Amino acid sequence: MVRAENKPKSLGAQLEKSLTGIKGLDEVTKGGLPKGRPTLVCGGAGSGKTLLATEFLVRGALQFGEPGVFMSFEETSDELTKNVVSLGFKLDALAAQKKISLDYVQIDRSEIEETGEYNLEGLFIRLEHAIASVGAKRVVLDTIETLFSGIPNPAVVRAELKRLFQWLKNKGMTTIITGEQGEKTFTRHGLEEYVSDCVIFLDHRISEQVSTRRIRVVKYRGSPHDTNEFPFLIDEKGIIVMPITSLGLRYRVTNKRVSTGIPRFDAMLGGKGYYRGSSVLISGSAGTGKTSFVSHFADAACRRGDRCLFFAFEESESQVVRNMLSIGIDLEQWAKKGLLKYHADRPTIYGLETHLLVMQKMINEFKPAAVIVDPVSNLNAVANHANVKMMLTRLLDQLKLDRVTTVLTILTQGSPTSESTDVDISSLADTWIRLRDTESGGERNRGMYILKSRGMTHSNQIREFVLTDKGVNLLDVYVGPSGVLTGSARLSREAQEKAKDLVREQDAQIKQLNLERKRKAMEARIADLRAEFKTEEAEIKKFIKQEKLRRQKVSQDREAMAQIRKAD
Amino acid sequence: MGPKKVKDSTKEFEKALALKGDRKYALRLYVTGTTPRSVSAIRNIRKICNEHLKGAYDLKVIDIYQQPVLAKGEQIIAAPTLLKKLPLPLRRFIGDMSNTEQILLGLDLSPKKK
Repeated sequence: MVRAENKPKSLGAQLEKSLTGIKGLDEVTKGGLPKGRPTLVCGGAGSGKTLLATEFLVRGALQFGEPGVFMSFEETSDELTKNVVSLGFKLDALAAQKKISLDYVQIDRSEIEETGEYNLEGLFIRLEHAIASVGAKRVVLDTIETLFSGIPNPAVVRAELKRLFQWLKNKGMTTIITGEQGEKTFTRHGLEEYVSDCVIFLDHRISEQVSTRRIRVVKYRGSPHDTNEFPFLIDEKGIIVMPITSLGLRYRVTNKRVSTGIPRFDAMLGGKGYYRGSSVLISGSAGTGKTSFVSHFADAACRRGDRCLFFAFEESESQVVRNMLSIGIDLEQWAKKGLLKYHADRPTIYGLETHLLVMQKMINEFKPAAVIVDPVSNLNAVANHANVKMMLTRLLDQLKLDRVTTVLTILTQGSPTSESTDVDISSLADTWIRLRDTESGGERNRGMYILKSRGMTHSNQIREFVLTDKGVNLLDVYVGPSGVLTGSARLSREAQEKAKDLVREQDAQIKQLNLERKRKAMEARIADLRAEFKTEEAEIKKFIKQEKLRRQKVSQDREAMAQIRKAD
Repeated sequence: MGPKKVKDSTKEFEKALALKGDRKYALRLYVTGTTPRSVSAIRNIRKICNEHLKGAYDLKVIDIYQQPVLAKGEQIIAAPTLLKKLPLPLRRFIGDMSNTEQILLGLDLSPKKK
């Protein structure tokens, strides 16, 4: 009670407000419903009016210490109790604890005769008694318009309703009055004329065979409020409203990088991978390996110890696990450790808004560091492109605010070189990877390139990759005369290169041998010459020696002759 | 056509009951204190009972201000409300009981010819 009364004041609103305790509704209304005043909740059949009113009472009694009175004109107390048990509301227990008083007002038009003047004081007395019995602060009248069909004189009903709402105001009851949607008015009998403080409209719209619940605060006298339509969910814990459109481009970014799970791909992204908290788009036609890429990312995220949330719109959990195991990625171990969470739904199961809501609810609960949506293009089945784009904008805005790295895959159709995506969300993506099949030489091969990656240097190369039993493997690049060579063309090119290498190597060897031979020939000739020279040298030396000897001999002879002749 | 037929057979039934002499009307008038409307309702219904149901009725006047639980139990919304509990079917007359003819019709009594 203290909380309920103090919180609106602290928000600085002049109008005192009463928290409903309904997730998101208090944010949309900026603090709850006007305290001590009636609020009209209107909408078509099955739009969730009764549930909203019930949750308002139950949360009031349980969370804010404000007991309440539920006056039902449509369902008996038993029916009502049973209807909300599935949401965890135990009305019978609360009634037994005197926290909630239930009163079913039955009006059978057929047994009523009008005999003169009357008023609806009986209703007032019952309400007063109920309020007094539990010390109520909150009142729900569901659906009071039934009075118009039950009481013969509408003028009396109108006058009495006016008096009733004023009476409730005077008693300081925070009241919810539900009303069935009229054809051109909010309520069939124009209750909005009497309840002018706050009007909330619930809508249950079907578009393309898929229904989405929406809530809108039509009017809130004396208080600012969000005027947008917000989708809401009814899950096992009650109503959840998501005030998502209030997000914008206000997120802060980080320089931290996270691995893509494929080392050579990290290298293409400046060596470090994606930015943490950025949005990554992986587009490609059918069978290009999108799921394999994101599974690598999921695996890497879990390996780092991050939590990863995987939204699959195409395959069931076990199918993804099995398929990824075939390329050597064991996702099941992470699921078992609680790091990886799957959420597989057919897109057509709910409306777009509901999908968004479910996703945001799961993100809020699981608090992942990485989110994967595979593939977002399937959402086109439930809404048109503009709406899908709007929804993804909201989702990405929230994820960026939470610094969650998001990888979306998109199935593209048509020409594989077309650089537009079906959902046209490329502008939302910080990094855009395109996977494509190239068809050449009678085969299809997988290729990938980085179309853009904001805020980092990145490779501009088109790379071929193969799916091996150890995952995605980026291959070396062979550029041929007609572009990148892939598949067997690449293999034959590789073989050619190898052959050429071999020839060159052999050439070099031969040249080496020739050189050797030449050197040997040269050396042989040198040896020859040397030998020749030696011979000549020896001969010349011999000649010189002989000449010397001859001269000696001659001179000796002459001396001898002179001696003999006794000359000089 | 339909209601007339029903009324005729009721008349037959009434006659049969009247012969037995044990026919009784159980009437409950729920009022809100002593408001002018309550007072005139009490006066009007007493007059009708005296004139048309002499001795064959059991009328109780209940102030729902004093007994709000009864208002819930008997599904009282409008005030004053006259509840015809017997004979069946159950009928509710809402108003100050000033429209005598309407009440007599509702009680399956034809107004006495003057």
